[in-house]
Amino acid sequence: MHAILEKRLIAPNEYDMWVEAPKVASHARPGQFVVVRPTSKGERIPLTIADYDLKRGSIRFIFQAVGKTTHQMARFEVGDSLSDVLGPLGRPSEIKKWGTVMLVGGGVGIAALFPILRELKRVGNYTITVLGGRSSELVIMKDECRRYSDKLIITTDDGSEGIKGVVTEGMRVASEGRKIDQAWAIGPTIMMKFASLAAKEMGIPIWVSLNPIMVDGTGMCGGCRVEVGGEVRFACVDGPEFDGWAVNWDVLMRRLQQYKEEEKLSLEQYMAEVESVV
Amino acid sequence: MSPKVRQKKVPIAEQKPEERIRNFNEVCLGYTMEEAIEEGMRCLQCKNAPCVAGCPVTIDIPGFIKALREGNIDESWKILSSATNLPAVCGRVCPQETQCEGVCTLGRGKDFEPVAIGKLERFVADWKAGSGVQSAPVVHRGEPKGKVAIVGSGPAGLTAAGDLAKMGYRVKIYEALHEPGGVLMYGIPEFRLPKAIVRREIENIKLLGVEVEVDTAVGRSITVEELRGEYDAIFIGTGAGTPRFIGIPGTTLNGVYSASEFLTRVNLMHAYRFPEYDTPIKKLKNVVVVGGGNVAMDAARSALRLGAEHVTVAYRRTQAEMPARVEEYHHAVEEGIEFCWLTNPVEYVGDERGWVKAVNCIRMELGEPDESGRRRPIPVPGSEFLLEADGAIEAIGQGSNKVLLDAFPELKLNKHGYIVADPETGATSVEGVFAGGDIVTGAATVILAMGAGKNAAKAIDEYISTKRLKAASR
Ligand SMILES: Cc1cc2nc3c(=O)[nH]c(=O)nc-3n(C[C@H](O)[C@H](O)[C@H](O)COP(=O)(O)OP(=O)(O)OC[C@H]3O[C@@H](n4cnc5c(N)ncnc54)[C@H](O)[C@@H]3O)c2cc1C
Ligand SMILES: Cc1cc2nc3c(=O)[nH]c(=O)nc-3n(C[C@H](O)[C@H](O)[C@H](O)COP(=O)(O)OP(=O)(O)OC[C@H]3O[C@@H](n4cnc5c(N)ncnc54)[C@H](O)[C@@H]3O)c2cc1C
Ligand code: SF4
Ligand code: FES
Repeated sequence: MHAILEKRLIAPNEYDMWVEAPKVASHARPGQFVVVRPTSKGERIPLTIADYDLKRGSIRFIFQAVGKTTHQMARFEVGDSLSDVLGPLGRPSEIKKWGTVMLVGGGVGIAALFPILRELKRVGNYTITVLGGRSSELVIMKDECRRYSDKLIITTDDGSEGIKGVVTEGMRVASEGRKIDQAWAIGPTIMMKFASLAAKEMGIPIWVSLNPIMVDGTGMCGGCRVEVGGEVRFACVDGPEFDGWAVNWDVLMRRLQQYKEEEKLSLEQYMAEVESVV
Repeated sequence: MSPKVRQKKVPIAEQKPEERIRNFNEVCLGYTMEEAIEEGMRCLQCKNAPCVAGCPVTIDIPGFIKALREGNIDESWKILSSATNLPAVCGRVCPQETQCEGVCTLGRGKDFEPVAIGKLERFVADWKAGSGVQSAPVVHRGEPKGKVAIVGSGPAGLTAAGDLAKMGYRVKIYEALHEPGGVLMYGIPEFRLPKAIVRREIENIKLLGVEVEVDTAVGRSITVEELRGEYDAIFIGTGAGTPRFIGIPGTTLNGVYSASEFLTRVNLMHAYRFPEYDTPIKKLKNVVVVGGGNVAMDAARSALRLGAEHVTVAYRRTQAEMPARVEEYHHAVEEGIEFCWLTNPVEYVGDERGWVKAVNCIRMELGEPDESGRRRPIPVPGSEFLLEADGAIEAIGQGSNKVLLDAFPELKLNKHGYIVADPETGATSVEGVFAGGDIVTGAATVILAMGAGKNAAKAIDEYISTKRLKAASR
């Protein structure tokens, strides 16, 4: 059992949580994730490790309440426990001195981007961060990211902060007058797709962190398969980061739809249950 | 042969096919005490007992049957459990027809069936559990002889752990998933091996003092170096859990599953009880399962129970070559599963939404025998035909699980990616590290994995004891 040590609402429907998981904390590296099962009848869902605290033996994740499992986790309070936390899983990000790096984050993806940014800065890269969201309040972790960024650009769809537009606008601004050696993009699939297309146009190699539906997270089920460079790869063990130029985005987006009806039923039933209790 | 010996096995109660295709309850209901004793009477108590030689963990078969038919079931259970830590599992899933029962003297007689050894084993184990008299476990007291880490809680790991605990070692099993049991838990379905039974046998192993730490992927949640620092020896039983895909066009279409994903959702995650349990599984109408082993049978019969109208198994050879247990094949036929022999898929055809709508197959014919001794299937040019399907499940075999291997580069692997280990002892290329089960042999059977765990336990005991002797004489 993994006790919840802190919990905060940081944006509409987005939660920031610190959870006791000493084994994970002492082995976690940027780019890795955990598989969480909140209750004994629950589903196993992957969440990126947004931070880790060796002293406390705890890890942090930031998640968006989208379906039953994440809504249920949103109702957990400090002192409650998650049934299972397995990790760290996946290959760590390639942290080294690239020169100038550009980190593009959108929505809760910013949480996954943050530890990568921090490590890249620590090893001496010049860091340009582009954060995007529909509106200002949805762009999370601005201050934390600013601390490790040589340049921080914010884009919002509605223009409530920074550049009005999507992250690719920010990417263009960021690359003006500077050669970028490596980029990362983490966020909604559609954002990563367009960020990859833009990066390819600009000739910038880009890592993306793919989020297919997973079950075990250990390479055992094959459910997380994605197509990269025409080959089938397992995101949980071969990824989650892949070369954004080579990802078949249509396959990924289609496979994310597989359980749409079931997910809807599950959420409706859960909401009816919790509302009848209230 | 004594004229009094009945020719056929005492029939065993089973759920009727038309009922059982709508539930996940166990198909075979087991013998009553009277039936078990009657069946036990058929055993000839052979002096040479070929059945024992046919059993990979050499259970004293005539011995346990003798005690059973004398009504001394406690004794019978003791005989069983001195050789196997998982008798209720073995009694249910071992391929008896090719092992003990396959060589049973009685079965050699014209028109005679062999003794139903598996069903008797299962009876004794279940009776023991149902009797509520848990015999006091043989917990080793005093200083432990050493500390051993076991990686993976499948039948290989559980057996090695149980045996080492009995010998007086402090044993801890590390398991990546949230429930121990390996394939017994995530692969083999409830209707063939109820999960309560697996849990019960694991509880018995814990009673011996074995600790189990779940949610721990060795190589990631804890490193191999950390384990080697803390333990005197390590046993690796991580199984062959990585699904293989044929690699034909359309593999990433929605509705195309590996059997591992399909069965893991159903078994480990209880998707057949969705939405009571949160993990969903697609309700499919027409399902094509590719393969001919136990995994294919389990996937096909699970799909049927989830409500499919048509389930077809496509196998590239013929019934004679299929590796599935005969009993499961018969059960599948009774349940209305259709079989398409000499058939191999060449492409999954998708609809405009990206869901599979048909499987394009090709007819095969059998050519010359290959290295496995079985005749090689060869495609018949121009014989393609479509099988309508909204779901396709590939059950064509598994590869080694890489999570640990990637983190342990010193370990020598063979050309298929499995660990190289001494077949007698399980010793690997790294001192103090032993391995067994599917991660050494490739996908095999529960009992072979248990045999490997048993041998490794002996070898580990020897290894640690000699190391200690050497240290003492220094
Ligand atoms: C490596 C990885 C890291 C992730 N990190 C984060 C993170 O840091 N923060 C965050 O908010 N989300 C993250 N996700 C996505 C998160 O796992 C899903 O939002 C979550 O599983 C939804 O579960 P649910 O039951 O609430 O919703 P559901 O109703 O089950 O699903 C809603 C949508 O979430 C996606 N989804 C559902 N189940 C899974 C699953 N098992 N695996 C992946 N996606 C799924 C699907 O697109 C689905 O349509 C990550 C996903 C992956 C693969
Ligand atoms: C669907 C199906 C049906 C089958 N039916 C039969 C049958 O009827 N009869 C029969 O005899 N055999 C059957 N088999 C085969 C049999 O189940 C296997 O041969 C046997 O389980 C192998 O045992 P094992 O201990 O080697 O590995 P497994 O049972 O595969 O267990 C390995 C365990 O190790 C864990 N693990 C892997 N990597 C790590 C790591 N790095 N850290 C921690 N844990 C890890 C895994 O999560 C898993 O729990 C079937 C197999 C399948 C898939
Ligand atoms: S071979 Fe058959 S008849 Fe002979 S002892 Fe074994 S089970 Fe009994
Ligand atoms: S999640 Fe099962 S193989 Fe990746």
